Amino acid sequence: MQATQPSFQQRRLWQFHGGIHVPDEKTLSNQTPVAPTACPKFLIIPLQQHIGAQASPVVKVGDRVLKGQMIAEPKGYVSASVHASSSGTVVAIEDRPVPHPSGLSAPCIVIETDGQDAWAEPLPPLSDCDSLEPAVLRERIRACGVVGMGGASFPTSVKVNPGRDQPIHTLIINAAECEPYITCDDLLMRDRAGDVLQGIRILLRLLGASQCLVGIEDNKPEAIEAMRLARAESDIKDRCEVVVVPTLYPSGGEKQLIRVLTGREVPSHGIPAQIGMVCQNVGTATAIADAVLRGRPLISRYVTVTGRGVARPGNLDVRVGTPAADLIAQCGGLNPDLARLVCGGPMMGFTLNRQDVPITKAANCLLALTEMEFPDPGAALACIRCGRCADACPANLLPQQLYWHARAKDLDRVQDYNLFDCIECGCCAQVCPSHIPLVQYYRYAKTEAWAREQDKRKSEQAKARHSAKQERMERQERERLAKLRRKEAAAKDKPAPKPQAEAAADAAPGDLSAQAATAAGAPDAKKAAIEAAKARAAAKKAALAEQGVTPKNTEALAPAQQRQVDAADQRRRAAGLNEDPDQPRSSTAPEAANDALADQPVATQSTVTQRAASHQEQV
Amino acid sequence: MSGIVSSPYSPRVNRVDQVMLQVILALIPGALAMIWFFGWGLLIQMTLATATAVAAEAAVMRLRGRPALPALSDLSAVVTALLLAIAIPPTLPWWLTILGVLFAILVVKQLYGGLGYNPFNPAMAAYVFLLISYPVDMTRWLPPHMLADQTLGFMDALRAIFFGIVPGGNWDAITAATPLGEMRTQLGLNQMIEEIRQSPLWGDFGGRGWEWVGNWFLVGGLYLIWKRIITWHIPVAFLGGLLLMAGFFWLLDPQTHPHPAFHLFSGGAILGAFFIATDPVTACTTKKGQIVFGLSIGALVFIIRTWGGYPDAVAFAVLLMNIAAPTIDYYTQPRVYGHSRGSK
Repeated sequence: MQATQPSFQQRRLWQFHGGIHVPDEKTLSNQTPVAPTACPKFLIIPLQQHIGAQASPVVKVGDRVLKGQMIAEPKGYVSASVHASSSGTVVAIEDRPVPHPSGLSAPCIVIETDGQDAWAEPLPPLSDCDSLEPAVLRERIRACGVVGMGGASFPTSVKVNPGRDQPIHTLIINAAECEPYITCDDLLMRDRAGDVLQGIRILLRLLGASQCLVGIEDNKPEAIEAMRLARAESDIKDRCEVVVVPTLYPSGGEKQLIRVLTGREVPSHGIPAQIGMVCQNVGTATAIADAVLRGRPLISRYVTVTGRGVARPGNLDVRVGTPAADLIAQCGGLNPDLARLVCGGPMMGFTLNRQDVPITKAANCLLALTEMEFPDPGAALACIRCGRCADACPANLLPQQLYWHARAKDLDRVQDYNLFDCIECGCCAQVCPSHIPLVQYYRYAKTEAWAREQDKRKSEQAKARHSAKQERMERQERERLAKLRRKEAAAKDKPAPKPQAEAAADAAPGDLSAQAATAAGAPDAKKAAIEAAKARAAAKKAALAEQGVTPKNTEALAPAQQRQVDAADQRRRAAGLNEDPDQPRSSTAPEAANDALADQPVATQSTVTQRAASHQEQV
Repeated sequence: MSGIVSSPYSPRVNRVDQVMLQVILALIPGALAMIWFFGWGLLIQMTLATATAVAAEAAVMRLRGRPALPALSDLSAVVTALLLAIAIPPTLPWWLTILGVLFAILVVKQLYGGLGYNPFNPAMAAYVFLLISYPVDMTRWLPPHMLADQTLGFMDALRAIFFGIVPGGNWDAITAATPLGEMRTQLGLNQMIEEIRQSPLWGDFGGRGWEWVGNWFLVGGLYLIWKRIITWHIPVAFLGGLLLMAGFFWLLDPQTHPHPAFHLFSGGAILGAFFIATDPVTACTTKKGQIVFGLSIGALVFIIRTWGGYPDAVAFAVLLMNIAAPTIDYYTQPRVYGHSRGSK
């Protein structure tokens, strides 16, 4: 291998700070081929299997559905459709327990399968993807409900559309699979390396990227071999490189992998597109190939069922919506010494307290841990500030400072120490000699900080609304008084009353200054000039008011204010609210400020979700 | 499962008590060397100090209404007791040892909230407390056995510690100045280094016997680095800072400033660099901060030894830098992933 393809050895790799070596436990599940899973009696398909807006059902209870038929459509831009993973009858659309750290229920479509597994008419294959517009490909990916399959499940159609202002030069395929125990990507690459390459081809076309780097940890020799063969046979071999990276958790974290492969860092609070990169999981690439080349929606995935708490660990090809219990049963059931059932890997997964939850598009692993594999760490002791956490942190944070301030609920300090750069990889907790559940503290602090941010935003909006109302009422009062005075003046004046605007406009040059001069009784020219100017201004204002235009006080802004306005416009554009920023606004400034505040949450939310997605993706 | 609801669900690889146990193990070579050169007194002091520390810790836990076992089994009190026992003269009266340990555990450690919350190194604070309060007892060191007319057996040491009785009845006959004290006194008498080193007190670098104690503590320290209990940053910076200062002045005037190696292998430099300055609770935690912290301690040790009022200075230097540690940490935060250089 080294002799035939020397270029692989030449690529320089970088290192990220910290990281830990953990027993990978991969051989537990990657020794047997992927087995198909029997179709369950009931499929429970959650409407929310992605980050963004929940899909809305397009079927009713009692409808017959076919395999691959869309049963819920995306609602909004950041959303994904959901498809039936087998044929049958919709028997319920209701809240069911879903795999989620909170253990809550969420709306699901329940299908009673008929055992026929009959396919719906597939979408036409788009085999000539190089000649198709990216928009067509994106639409197909969206129609097939493809989401990131590394864990965060961000809608892929959104991720592959970074916008014109963020040109993408490099596609990163995350095949590191650094979490211990999980081997579904490993098996996927062994089985379907050709499809991964097809997916990469489509992604390169979609993004207009010039190169693709596939990062695989060196503990997966079979997958590396398969991917290299597939690459050598593909027509994009000069644009795609399979890069073997050293096994070090969490090298499969998006930010860490980008650092290892390119030496560049994703800006804090940013996404890879800002440095011209997009990172996709290897499973997502396969799903894209299925969607585009075969018209097949994302209705099944490889799931690793592993841990010493399950009788026969292995990988299964699972229909989305299959209950976890079915997978466990197929793997021989749980052993009596089971200590904990986890969805996801040991480092970043979450506890499953029940087995009737369905497998979703993002569920890559069911992990049954025994007491031996995860012994009770015992009560947390005091932090002795040994700094091992900081040595292990792949984001180069100071976890003990974060812990200190999170424990004190000091949300400002905890953000000073860059809490939101934490990717929750668990390295710090793993090495902590005091067995402090550090990640739990950070998650708590993040949630609190988000809640506080939201409260703050709400109260700011309320304040802005209030002051806008106040101002409006004062203005109306002023206008009412002005009108009254004018009426009185008109009543005193001999000439017949003219229309207001005209009168004011006419009066400006001569009469009023003369009047003012005589009224004051002092022939002071300066004073008269001032009065005249005032009158002209009032007249102009009145005239404009007549036309329904009030003066913009967005002119002559302080630089800081101008920046704020620009930032608001920027956000508005980013959020896709395509109001032409150059078009003059007729609204008054307070209202404009209100607008800016109103759409801020949208923009912030979308960046936040995308950022959250990129954090969790594929660790 | 004791409230662990958040990942990671993997076996924890480190434990506080194991960290402390490694420190205790690493102290053994140096402690054995001290017993070899200075007699059984150290062993008695260690036992006495450990018993006092454990009792004090248990009493405080009882007072605070907390379970005593976890606090005792983390072995931190034992480490404090052992370090203090090593630092004090082997024949120190028993009640001073107990007083010191009680001060370390009750005042310096537990009054601040217990392990992890104390801003000062308990052993060093107690040492300084004893040194300032009882300077005569605290500076009454024995000479290493090859220089002594009369060595103390185990029972002699017991009697000396508990009853203040020494064979012959005369303390002055059996005690001697430490090499640092001797060097200081002689330099104060305007002696040249060359003349001073004529005395049989001196070995290759530091005092005879003493320098070997330093060597054996160095072995223990290297063991700690090898076991990754500590990192190289603080010891190397500490010794580097001391060497730089000592080397500079030695080059300026080798007749009034002893060789840098003398500083390294005298007094508590090696012990301090590997076992005391590296106490994680009271040291800096950022890597850059640890370098600053270590260098500053090294420089302070030289300054206090040379121009200060006490012959040795490790305890003072460590305590002074303990105060500065949080500030140093604040200004030496590492660059977080994705943040531009220059901003924190």
